[in-house]
Amino acid sequence: MSTETITHGWELVIGLEVHCQLMTRSKIFCGCATSFGDAPNANTCPVCLGLPGALPVLNAHAVELATRASLALGCTVHETSIFARKNYFYPDLPKGYQISQFDRPLATAGAIVVGVQPDGTPRVIRVHRVHMEEDAGKSVHDRFADVSAIDLNRAGTPLVEIVSEPDIRSAAEAVAYARRMKQMLEFADVSDANMEEGSLRVDVNISVRRHGDAALGTKTEIKNLNSFSAIERAVEIEYARQCRVLSEGGVVEQQTMLYDDKRNEVRPARSKEGSHDYRYFPDPDLPPLRLATAFITQQADALPELPPSRRSRFSAQYGLPENDVEQLLATRELADRFEAVASASGDAKRAANWMLGTVLASVNASGLALSAHPVSVDRLAALIKLEVAGEVSNTAARQLFAMLEQQDGEPLELARVAGLLQVRDDGALVGWIDEVLAENPAEAARFLGGEKKLQGVLVGLVMKKSKGAADPKKVNQLLAARAG
Amino acid sequence: MSNPVWLDRLHAHTVDDAWRTYDAVQAGPEGLNAFLAVDRSARGADAGRLAGIPVAVKDNLATLGLPTTCASRVLAGYMSPFEATAVRRLREAGAAVIGKTNMDEFAMGSSNENSAFGPVRNPLDRERVPGGSSGGSAAAVASGVVRIALGSETGGSVRQPAAFCGIVGIKPTYGRVSRYGLVAYASSLDNVGVFGASVAEAALGLEVIAGHDRFDATSAAVAVPDLSAATTASTEARPLAGLVVGRPLEYFPASLDARIAEQCERALQQLRELGAEVRDVSLPSTDLAIPVYYIIAPAEASSNLARYDGVRFGVRAAADDLGAMYERTRSGGFGDEVTRRILLGTYVLSAGYYDAYYRRAQAVRTLITQEFAQVFASGVHVLFTPTAPTTAFRLGEVSDPYEMYLSDIFTVTANLAGVPAMSQPIGTVDGLPVGGQLMAPHFGEATMLRVAAALEQAQRAGGTA
Repeated sequence: MSTETITHGWELVIGLEVHCQLMTRSKIFCGCATSFGDAPNANTCPVCLGLPGALPVLNAHAVELATRASLALGCTVHETSIFARKNYFYPDLPKGYQISQFDRPLATAGAIVVGVQPDGTPRVIRVHRVHMEEDAGKSVHDRFADVSAIDLNRAGTPLVEIVSEPDIRSAAEAVAYARRMKQMLEFADVSDANMEEGSLRVDVNISVRRHGDAALGTKTEIKNLNSFSAIERAVEIEYARQCRVLSEGGVVEQQTMLYDDKRNEVRPARSKEGSHDYRYFPDPDLPPLRLATAFITQQADALPELPPSRRSRFSAQYGLPENDVEQLLATRELADRFEAVASASGDAKRAANWMLGTVLASVNASGLALSAHPVSVDRLAALIKLEVAGEVSNTAARQLFAMLEQQDGEPLELARVAGLLQVRDDGALVGWIDEVLAENPAEAARFLGGEKKLQGVLVGLVMKKSKGAADPKKVNQLLAARAG
Repeated sequence: MSNPVWLDRLHAHTVDDAWRTYDAVQAGPEGLNAFLAVDRSARGADAGRLAGIPVAVKDNLATLGLPTTCASRVLAGYMSPFEATAVRRLREAGAAVIGKTNMDEFAMGSSNENSAFGPVRNPLDRERVPGGSSGGSAAAVASGVVRIALGSETGGSVRQPAAFCGIVGIKPTYGRVSRYGLVAYASSLDNVGVFGASVAEAALGLEVIAGHDRFDATSAAVAVPDLSAATTASTEARPLAGLVVGRPLEYFPASLDARIAEQCERALQQLRELGAEVRDVSLPSTDLAIPVYYIIAPAEASSNLARYDGVRFGVRAAADDLGAMYERTRSGGFGDEVTRRILLGTYVLSAGYYDAYYRRAQAVRTLITQEFAQVFASGVHVLFTPTAPTTAFRLGEVSDPYEMYLSDIFTVTANLAGVPAMSQPIGTVDGLPVGGQLMAPHFGEATMLRVAAALEQAQRAGGTA
């Protein structure tokens, strides 16, 4: 049976849990650094190692960022929330429990728009809750023969877990939600939301039910998906599997699943992982977290402009097409850089074209971050100004960009030295025109006699004679004037 | 102004005196076994309020240079890379930390018989227990090795051994002393406490270690009053005039040993003679304290002791796979009482039981706390009760765990409510000391110590029966 036949009549119901690393310099309950890629266990101390007698103290900056994340998602941030212990044994969990929040989370009841519905109204996915927690360490199974190793650098990294309502109805929508979530967290300046480095991880809860049924089916959870394509493929596979099981009269077992990227398959995690009783209870080491209304207001004020606002502003203020707007909002850095270039150059459309075309291609090819790219905001803006003023042709502008990538210097100066500036001097242009008219008397006569369609041919000849340096606009004007 | 007598006496007891006494009482089959490790090189500092004064520290307080084992096999030989705030403050005050004292494993017990390294003997009668769980610290003070020692309290582990050994023991207000470096048993009930040879010495020890600590989120940002001044001997005839001492009826049940009751009534009479008004009050939920304690404390313990898994520190048992390693490390590392409480705590937090046990216990705990608040709001300044229902019992005499738990029946309430409390000697029964307990409102240590000092003075003047 094809996948489509199998899933026919079954409605897919998805909820996402997004774990997002907050970009604090130190960990959530101790002063250790949160930097990525250091030597194993370099960033540890008695607190994040869970040594006897050590106690957690909450990082105030983590609370600020978690509050901002919650507000960016439209959640209600509660004046009192409570840290709880989630108890389970695992070698990379130093204390034998994870400090998280359970029945009193930081924030609840938000929403995120993931696109537009066929009737033109926004497609909204509700956010059930946002809570704070500490990350666990990492078990390393492939580094040493026969033994596993533990790296606790990540243990105690501050996270927010963002749980959606089961509002998502397709794999594509799950991906759209994840993308918009990543975008929101990045623009809110609370996380670098880097899936490759694990600062954004996604668990997907999936169930199916007959179309029209009100009750939810039994769900499975696919843990730790770390790319958008993995989310999409894992959902499709698990959707088909559940439909097949139910169609054959079986029952879906509530369990934790893992997605294997290499084999493109979803399989049950080791059975133990699904059957935990976490024995949550309030952490007696941490008093209830109480946030004053003024603090919450401050965090709201500290939020930068978020994607929904930028989206509408980009199309209204700059008149950019929807597709360009979406592309410019792909990362905060790109959006910010675009705005800087648009403002400095005074031409938003050209700024958008340059950013989405040549600049992104160059960034991708060089592997450099946008911020490290040699064509700075000011140099790109200067280049665009030259283009707008007609000082350089489109072709010359591209050549000039390539030069800017390779060397220092002002665009105008470089263009002059390289002879990329268009010749706009009447004397020089008139000279070339006179020469062309003299060398092509038949065409000249016809043109001057009123055959205006010949103007294009003559412009081409002038351009050729000038070896591309003439400003075609000027040449056109001068020729038109000759024809009277 | 010349020093008070007690302060001269404290300073006269040098590190050398401590070792002389230690060598006489510690080792051998009849030795106290009060210490698990000692530092013969400790001299303390020349300056500071405890300059050069020998002190002992319970082995569940993290200490640099000496092992911190909690009297457990699972931590045998464990060296902490950091020091508890209370210990650090002792050293900063110039004290010489001469050793780590024996205890019930992970502070679970009331007789000090649950130590993986053997029981402690009561210096007043070597066939008897010193009480627990801070039995080693109590014995170290009672035997005269040191005059100040740190213990810890979760349900009476300083006050009950103080009573059994005839010395002073203080459990401060929850949050008064940092728990940073105190190896957790039940975090919401745990306190660092102080033993002293006298009220003033215990008060001085407390004053040195008390105060806010940014490494403990539950430590209180409340100023520490001059506790030593509160214990200064009064020359007034009725120094407690205007003070109301509550006598909670529930702590004087008909079943209370008549001889202990008699000692308490005698002390209450002395308080009256000192000018205090003694008023009968009621704390109706007192009888729920033991069951509530034995739900909350094991619940927290089951989580706090999860870290002893053989992965990062301490003892690791050899095994082929992870599950077996956990099982063997923990089964072999923990003694019976610790195992019993971990199992109990795991059970009461389990899905389906949480509401019936843990949540209800928390509700009753709130009720107990409110009852204390109401009594103190009614004009009562301190409460007076017996510290323990018995005097020191014989080693091996109490074998039923539940019977052992009842040893803390008068002390667990202060831990549940978070109020300060202390025990001091108020007499003897058959030559064994009886402890009287004072309890005060949150952060009311100064008043509590003022009453204690006055009572101590009256006891000495009148001779202890």
